[in-house]
Amino acid sequence: MVPLSWYLLLSALLFAVGLYAVMARRNLIGMLMGLELMLNAINLTLIAFWRYLHPYNLGFQALVIFVLVVAASEAAVGLALILAVFRLRETEHVDELNLLRW
Amino acid sequence: MVTVQQVVFALFALMTVGGAVGVVAARKLFHAALWMILSFFGVAGLYILLEAPFFAALQLFIYIGGVAVLIVMAIMVTRGIMGPKEPVFTYAVGAAGTAFAFLVMLALFIVNVPAWMGSAPTGEVAPDGMRQLGRALVMPSAFLLPFEVASVLLLAVLVGALFIAREKE
Repeated sequence: MVPLSWYLLLSALLFAVGLYAVMARRNLIGMLMGLELMLNAINLTLIAFWRYLHPYNLGFQALVIFVLVVAASEAAVGLALILAVFRLRETEHVDELNLLRW
Repeated sequence: MVTVQQVVFALFALMTVGGAVGVVAARKLFHAALWMILSFFGVAGLYILLEAPFFAALQLFIYIGGVAVLIVMAIMVTRGIMGPKEPVFTYAVGAAGTAFAFLVMLALFIVNVPAWMGSAPTGEVAPDGMRQLGRALVMPSAFLLPFEVASVLLLAVLVGALFIAREKE
């Protein structure tokens, strides 16, 4: 079998790459993609823990389902917001979005 | 000794991490979205390897069928598939440093927990695990309340996203 730590290290790597995408990308949609990668890493961790340590505990799987629900909601609302901002300012580049600065 | 499972794991892990690196490295946003879909496929494969085929199916339906398509559509609406190349990454060095420090911290934490080093699962997956999960989701003593809250959240998202994105006269 594959050791549990391999899965955990893989999710840590995926999470770090997603974090880098959120911080370094200057485009709102690109940042959203980084967020989705991070949520994927969390789900992978949860499923790995469920399989290796608590195969009879239903809480892990239920939590994964709720993370999926929240991820889908976040993507839908986030993209709607990006669309609204784009209509207003013709850009989705965060350095040009300074509505609140004066 | 390398087993078949470890080879399959390495393949899917490579797909996942390669896709993720593509997301951060692609200069065009549309290419980044395609790399993201590859990464989602890799995670779905890992779910199958972890004997959670239901979650592999959910991954395909929700992430690739829902989120990825939504993101691709947003890219098309805002800048078009062959949109301009991304400008240089600002703060890239700082962001890379933070992410790398985070990764090292997590990795050091992971390899120092003896219980997580085991190579074999502690038990078999229950054959009717999916049925148990479905029951637990609608059982008042288990997850009924979060389940209903999730339903309300989805309704609010449906209405809210329409309201935010609609054309104002």
